[in-house]
Formats: sequence, structure tokens, C-alpha cells
Amino acid sequence: MKRTIAVVSGGLGSPSSSRLLADRLAAAAEREVRELGDEVEVRVAEVRDHAHDLVDSMVSGYPATELKGALETVAGADGLIAVTPTFTASYSGLFKAFFDVLDMVDDNALADKPVLIGATGGTARHSLVLENAVRPLFAYLRGVVVPTSVFAAPEDWGGTAAPDLLAHRIDRAAAQLAVEIHRRDAPVVRDPFEPTPFADLLGAG
Amino acid sequence: MHFGIFTVGDIAPDPATGRAPTEHERMKRMIETALKAEEVGLDVFAMGEHHNPPFVTSSPTTLLGYIVARTSRILLSTSTTLITTNDPVKIAEDFATLQHLADGRVDLMMGRGNTGPVYPWFGKDIRDGISLAVENYALLRRLWREDVVDWQGRFRTPLQSFTATPRPLDGVPPFVWHGSIRSPEIAEQAAYYGDGFFHNNIFWPKEHTRRMIDLYRTRFEFYGHGPADQAIVGLGGQVYMRRKSQDAIAEFRPFFDNSPVYGHGPSLEETMEQTPLSVGSPQEIIDRTLQFREDFGDYQRQLFNVDGMGLPHEAVLEQIEFLGGEVVPVLRKEFAASRPAHIPDPPTHESLKAAGAR
Repeated sequence: MKRTIAVVSGGLGSPSSSRLLADRLAAAAEREVRELGDEVEVRVAEVRDHAHDLVDSMVSGYPATELKGALETVAGADGLIAVTPTFTASYSGLFKAFFDVLDMVDDNALADKPVLIGATGGTARHSLVLENAVRPLFAYLRGVVVPTSVFAAPEDWGGTAAPDLLAHRIDRAAAQLAVEIHRRDAPVVRDPFEPTPFADLLGAG
Repeated sequence: MHFGIFTVGDIAPDPATGRAPTEHERMKRMIETALKAEEVGLDVFAMGEHHNPPFVTSSPTTLLGYIVARTSRILLSTSTTLITTNDPVKIAEDFATLQHLADGRVDLMMGRGNTGPVYPWFGKDIRDGISLAVENYALLRRLWREDVVDWQGRFRTPLQSFTATPRPLDGVPPFVWHGSIRSPEIAEQAAYYGDGFFHNNIFWPKEHTRRMIDLYRTRFEFYGHGPADQAIVGLGGQVYMRRKSQDAIAEFRPFFDNSPVYGHGPSLEETMEQTPLSVGSPQEIIDRTLQFREDFGDYQRQLFNVDGMGLPHEAVLEQIEFLGGEVVPVLRKEFAASRPAHIPDPPTHESLKAAGAR
């Protein structure tokens, strides 16, 4: 079965450590999904590329064409890898804006979708941002967030023992995501213009 | 086909002077735009309903009743009447009264409103928005069509042996449009009853508007009211005109940039590209409007928004003169030339009476 994994990276720099972590997570997830016997395609969205469109969508009420494509990619994917930098003790505002607009366009977009969450930060002291901010966000959106979340602090990118620890967490999280993807049917994207028979509307009153 | 103007009745400062009209001035000027619309030969004047500042249209039938007395030909309508928070009994009474005073020159458009707190202010819950629209309208229809109504529902106190007075003029209820920008349930409701469906066609890209209208047309046919292309469709649109295109853009820009609905998001140029907002010469507005038929099929009513956002009154009156003098005569001719014979005309009191509608 052909699977797609959507990657949303909230990094603002180029190169960004959030994107670096997202790519590592995506490569591991791709490998794990293949090992379970599925084909897989990874599609990446950088929220920075949609920065103006995100704000315009908030103000105008409708998403611009390119952003709409990115939102549809996420809604139609079998699994999601979402990585944000830590800003003022939480996810970045632009990262949040992406999921705010996604929810405005389709409030069912992440329902029952396997989600792997990751974050980067300037110090390891931020690492609970994933449990205190990012996990509740995706729980609210009814995603199935896998138990292992991956935080990468500056020391995870170098040092002596650290890289192994990061790689180990990435592999564990990716394996959990792959299992959740593999045991699900392909997601059905609801057509918002599917008619509701009027008898049902009358009956609901 | 009907051509007209519709207004939300907002008060806003003119960005050039910083001065906003008083409520009194805004109301009087709104009346003048309706009179001007009749004078230049437009077919419809419609106004919104709001219950909060900066709007002056909390009492549409009072305003429309005044306009009825000062006009003789133009059809008066709403855009929209709040079917969610108004008592359907009062809507039935108010609009039947207006219909008598206007000798039938009245129809109305149902809407749910766009201001969240209006629901609690009127004792309702916004989460019931669709259910309120469905139940209240079902009762409104019965009140106009049955002389004596026994009724019980979820949102209003029950009725026993109730007769809404006055009865509709000639026993023919006013024609009803259902307006919705983004709720497929409302397109379904309009289709179920064989009523009209109106899309305000402002703010949103045409791909979205087309899906809404296609849904309405498909379901109109599904419910047995006739082929999809005979469904009764109305469209809005916002225009600003000057003899020269660049003058129109330059004059409109500060109003756009400071507008609470348009401003500080996509630019004027982006909005004109992505939505039906039309700013330019009369010929450009003609071309843009003719495109609506290509996009959405033959339709029955075209309403233009030409005021609000602090636009000076003189400029608004000039827009109406452009419409009546140059734009609408060409649109009438061009639309008529391409319209197949089986496409119905917009319903009027006289046509509904002749058809024996109930």
C-alpha cells in the first residue's frame, strides 16, 4: 500500500535545526514504514514558505492557493511529523498558525491521524515543551500522538555520547509512527460539499 | 434578470478626513441610495440586519417601509434577515405587513448573521445556528401558508390555534432567498424548498462559490423542483468605478486598506485577482460581471455592494449612476442574448400569484 507522510517544519532559519530534526525523523519513519511492507512518499512543508499566506488566511478567511495545497497534503497524509522550534516556552506562533488555519479549513483534518511530534530549543531545559504545549495541541486536533516525542537540544547535535541518544529516540519514535500508520486504512478526506439530506437537518432540530 | 444594490449599513470613518457619519446621517444617506437606485432604473434594493455598532440596520422593515412609501417600482429585499435570532412569528408579521404596504414589491433573504454575541444577546446559542435556521424557517413557511397553525419545536414556545396576521398579500408569501457564504446545509435547505439561493460572492474565491452554487443546483433538481439550471440563483459582488481604471484603484485603495473586512490582509491587487472584487472602469465591471455567468451558470439576481467602508456619499451615488446609466443596460442585453429560453425569470409577487404559488 502506498503511504504518504507529511512533514511540517516550523524552523525559521536556513538551514534550521528544526528542519534538520524533521528530516532525520522523516528518513527514519520512511525506513520503518517500508520495513512493514508499505510504499511511502514524504512531503515536506516549511511554514516559513507560507508565512504571509498564513496571516492573510487569518485575516481574509480563505487560504491562498499554495497554502491550500500544503494544507491538503497534511489532511490527506497517512501520518504527520510536526517539528517546531521552542519560542517563549511554547511552539512558535507561525507553527501554531499553520494548524489554526488547517483547522479553519477542515476541522477533521487530523482526526485519528498518527502524529510524531518533535521540537528544538536553545537549551535542554525546554524539553518539556513537547509534553506541555505540543502534545495538547495535537490531542485537541484529535491526532493520535505517538508516545515518544523527540526534543533536540544543542548538545544533541555534537558531543560524545549525545548523538547516539538522539538517534535512539528518533528510531523509537519513527517505529511507533510506522506501526500506527501501517495498521490504519488510508485516510478519507471528507468533502465539505457532500450533501446532508434535509430530512436529517430537520430531524436534528 | 434583476440587478440591484445591497448594503450592510455600516458606519466607518472616511480615511481621508477621519470623520464618520452620524447614525442619523448614515440612515438618511442609505435611504437616498435606495431612491437613487430606483431613479436610475435598478430593480432591487436590499439591506442587511445587524444588532451592534457600527451598523444602523437593526430594524429593516422600518427602514424598508419608509423606502416603500417613497418609491413606486423598485423591489425591496434584505441581505439578510436573521432567521436564527428573530422570532419567526415576528418575521412573518413584519414582512407580510411590508408586502401589503408595498403592493408585493418585497422579498427577503434568510441568513444566520456573522456576529457571535448576537446569539446570546437574543437568548440563543451559536452552536445551534443551523438548527435554528432550519426549525425557524420551517415554522415561518407554515405561518405564511396555513391560516391556523398548531406548532411545537425546540427553540420557541409552542403555538396553539395561532393565526399570523396580516395574511400574505393575495395569499402569496414573499419569495425567499437563503444566503450563505460557506454552509452547505443552507444550500441544501434552499434546494429542499425550491427557494432561491444567494451567494454574496465577496471575500471568497470563485472556486468556493461555485461549489456552493453547484451543490444548490444539484439538490434543487434532486428534490424535484426542475432541472439544475432552472434553480433560482442570486449573486453579490462589490464594485467601485471611475471613468479611468487607475483612478478607481487609486481612490478605492485607502478605503480597502482601512476596511475591517478587507484591510491588512491580501493586497487590493491580490484580492481583485482571487475574489470577485471589481475596481475599475465601467467596461471592466461589465466584463467581470459577465464572467459570473461563465463561472456559475445563468442566474436571476445580481446585487452590487457600492457603499460602506466610509466611502463618501457622493461617490456612492456616482457608483449607482454608473450602474444604472452604463453597466446594467449592457449587462441586461448581454445576459439576455446568451440566456437559453428555458431559464426562468426571477420570481416576483405577480409571477408567483399567476403561478398560484403557496
